[in-house]
Amino acid sequence: MHTEIHIDKDICIGAGQCALAAPSVFTQDDDGYSTVLPGKEDTDDPMLREAARACPVSAITVSDRAVG
Amino acid sequence: MTDLTELTAPTDLPEPVSFPQDRTCPYHPPAGYDPLRAARPLTRVTLYDGRTAWLVTGHAAARALLADQRLSTDRSRPDFPVTNERFAAVRNRKVALLGENDPQHRTKRRMMIPAFTVKRATAMRPDIQRIVDELLDAMIAQGPTADLVSAFALPVPSMVICALLGVPYADHEFFEAQSRRLLRGPKAEDSQDARDQLEAYLGELIDCKQQSLGEGVLDDLVREQLNEGALDREELISLAIILLVAGHETTANMISLGTYTLLLHPERLAELRDDPGLLPDAVEELMRSLSIVDGLMRQALEDIDVDGTTIRAGEGVIFSAAVINRDEDVYTAPDTLDWHRPTRHHVSFGFGIHQCLGQNLARAELEIALHSLFDRLPTLSLAVPAEEIPFKPGDTIQGMLELPVTW
Repeated sequence: MHTEIHIDKDICIGAGQCALAAPSVFTQDDDGYSTVLPGKEDTDDPMLREAARACPVSAITVSDRAVG
Repeated sequence: MTDLTELTAPTDLPEPVSFPQDRTCPYHPPAGYDPLRAARPLTRVTLYDGRTAWLVTGHAAARALLADQRLSTDRSRPDFPVTNERFAAVRNRKVALLGENDPQHRTKRRMMIPAFTVKRATAMRPDIQRIVDELLDAMIAQGPTADLVSAFALPVPSMVICALLGVPYADHEFFEAQSRRLLRGPKAEDSQDARDQLEAYLGELIDCKQQSLGEGVLDDLVREQLNEGALDREELISLAIILLVAGHETTANMISLGTYTLLLHPERLAELRDDPGLLPDAVEELMRSLSIVDGLMRQALEDIDVDGTTIRAGEGVIFSAAVINRDEDVYTAPDTLDWHRPTRHHVSFGFGIHQCLGQNLARAELEIALHSLFDRLPTLSLAVPAEEIPFKPGDTIQGMLELPVTW
């Protein structure tokens, strides 16, 4: 199983909760929107789901996908 | 007479508790909220004007409802719930961001977020540290007693927000006094007049910036939004007011009340001194526990079901952060300060689209201010008995009115 992270930038309000909760996975781009750090798209960081739960507008979806 | 009483006062329903109430201890919810804490996830309360509203008390329901766009923040509707007379007096004045629903809110929020990211707050840390150090130098030179509110808790965030926005700190006595009148009156006319004065002052400042642009966030807004036609002058003034007022009052109260709370919990303070790495978690736990902004207001635009209870369209909905942040289903022994508990999901910065824009800046300020204060003054203590120190009434942002300290 791999993890897939999806950020809905249409609803992101740039609160930065994801970057605060899981700084090794999320950052904010120059416009302030949440974005996944390069190479972390299929991370299994234990704080990943915590960061998704911290998002005040539920802009982050974390899903498991089967590989192969 | 007897018949009328029976009709209007059914005996099977408890009398709604009044909200807000004054705290008896500045870092605990009022004892009068105990029935509210026993009535999760929501209950009815009576407001100052005799109207009733829903009070959200449960943590899960609060997160769901604060993120629910069927709840409006448009205060200009006559049946919007207000919690005091001062607020009612200025309810028709435009409040940027917090008083707007999407899509208007979203347009303005998007203009603001690049200036308030985690990265920008981190980049401001050296400036915040310099401001904190200079204020402590001055306070120590005048000591060994001081009023921590006027010498430290208020000027730290005031200087930081001035530097960020591009507001001259030389004007701080004026805008701090007007912010105080806007939020605390004491009379409704004080709040109205303070709003007029802040509008006039910031309008003039914006006009000056149009002539000669500087480097603050307000200068950026003039350059990129006002001059490009995306915001008009009135909208920019309204935005400037909320950035300036919210940018210093809230953090000042967290510094003063946070310091008072730490001084009355010496074991927790000792733990922080031994391990400064606990500081970010301690700041979150203080945010949860102190819940200084207690009573966010909304109005239902449609019927909303909450665990089988229906909030009807048009009804007022108020969120008590102090009660929500002490939900026993989420926080074990919620009345105890504990730096080691998972405390992140408190609602002290709100939740949903209106969650505090300046929260990352506030965290940086609180960490630096509290760390430097206790580092520089290891013998810091209250200069008078704790119970003699005055704090703010329940119908405004919570915090200390003054904080006499010695070292």
